[in-house]
Amino acid sequence: MPSTGEASKRDPAEATLGSEDPAADPALAVRGLTKRYGDTVALDEVDLAIDGGEFVAVVGPSGCGKSTLLRVLTGLEERFEGRAAVDGVDVRDGGSDAVGMVFQEPRLLAWADVRENIAVGLPADVDPDDPAARDRVDGLIETVGLDGFAESRPGELSGGMAQRVSLARGLAYEPEVLLLDEPFSALDQLTKYEQQDNLLDVWRERGATVALVTHDVEEAAYLADRVVVLGGQPGTVETVVDVEADRPRERTDEALLAARREITDALGV
Amino acid sequence: MATTRETETGDVGSALAGALPDADRFRWLLGLVVPAALVVVWHLLVATGVFAAHQLPQPLRVVETLYGMAATGELWGHIAITLQRVFFGTLLGVSVGIVLGTVTGLYGLAEDLLDPLLQSLKNIPSLAWVPLFLLWFGIGEGAKVLLIAVGAFFPVYLNLSTGIGNVSEDLIEVAEVYDLGRFESLRRVVFPAAVPSLLVGIRGGVGLAWMFVVAAELIAASQGIGFLMSDGRVLARPDIIVGSILLFAFFGNLSDLAVKEVEKRAVDW
Repeated sequence: MPSTGEASKRDPAEATLGSEDPAADPALAVRGLTKRYGDTVALDEVDLAIDGGEFVAVVGPSGCGKSTLLRVLTGLEERFEGRAAVDGVDVRDGGSDAVGMVFQEPRLLAWADVRENIAVGLPADVDPDDPAARDRVDGLIETVGLDGFAESRPGELSGGMAQRVSLARGLAYEPEVLLLDEPFSALDQLTKYEQQDNLLDVWRERGATVALVTHDVEEAAYLADRVVVLGGQPGTVETVVDVEADRPRERTDEALLAARREITDALGV
Repeated sequence: MATTRETETGDVGSALAGALPDADRFRWLLGLVVPAALVVVWHLLVATGVFAAHQLPQPLRVVETLYGMAATGELWGHIAITLQRVFFGTLLGVSVGIVLGTVTGLYGLAEDLLDPLLQSLKNIPSLAWVPLFLLWFGIGEGAKVLLIAVGAFFPVYLNLSTGIGNVSEDLIEVAEVYDLGRFESLRRVVFPAAVPSLLVGIRGGVGLAWMFVVAAELIAASQGIGFLMSDGRVLARPDIIVGSILLFAFFGNLSDLAVKEVEKRAVDW
């Protein structure tokens, strides 16, 4: 895997992976991750290290195991080979507790209103009926642009609105590591831009580590510090593209265009 | 966005209602046409002597009989005791159904142990239990309430058990990722998701409770609508028999409507 080797050269944190000191571990460390479903190999020897506070996008064709990678990191897949750790703690030993996930589908509770759905994401030690928690949820409703819909049920929302509820639920969790699985795919262009900038704001304010899976090369380049390109079936790391543009970024930045070209080339399009 | 859409559809709806003023509001009356015609045919058949009056009374005669029994107060005692039996029997059957349905829905071991037995018991016809229950519990109220409870139990048990077992895996993963914990994920995700199944079960249970009360009262009772029926046979009074059937029809429908109304309010999503 020459490409990942290249990434580790650039990334001093990964060099400390083998060290005994857990504090030196990257926020998110994946080494030699292989995941099989029966005879199908979904991920093959994937290496990935994400530093604390870093924003990484993962792109790749359908069926390359992007979603599987996120499922492993959230602790939803118990059985895999290799290592997956959050802050040095294996995801199977509670490391996944620090991970929040926004699923590809909204996955909302049909009987609960928007406020209650977002409150599901509140950390376990927060009482959802507490006024401060309520304010926090209302703030998130505003952040994702759903003012006035706090009392609506998912059945009354459009697909894009439901996706934003799901996004707000992920933000309510205030995780150290936030994973997002194509969270903007159902949004119209304008709302998508808005929500991308919201996500960047939240990322900057909270200093969270973010890994975002997307199909959208433009989105990946605009948002991420680094873009991991997965390829093929089974999924392997094809290459890692550094996005060298300064923040805050302009969508038309030359450096973004260069990064997009590089990603597109790596995807073999 | 959605607000405008809602007002638009609202406008279209009211415009339609204006164009077709009463068509939809009185539509339910159509359901009365056939029964009314049948009553007329019934009256004609008896009046013209096709059916002998000692086998099938005239409709009006049935009403007179019921009215007469109501006036003397005799009817109310029968109705009250039947309603009481159905109520307590349903209460008991539904309660036990909820407990066993929950346990088998949640725990695979409990399901493996109990479900095969309960699945085969449910196929025993209601009348088959009567002699045994009489032997065990005598001809008192206990035997009847228990027999009705057996009837009400099975639909609740079967529906709730599968309802809990079939809660969407997607939602359970959400509860897992957001670390809701066992208790909270049951309270906020699993149980609310199973409420529709529970109500379907209760509706079926109430229906069977009425079937079982007839079985109990026909065979061993000195009061109740079922007793009235068998008394009518002994006295060769078809008007009493048909009147009792109508009473069962009335109260059966009433209780079904009541549960349906609860269902509509509880499952409004």
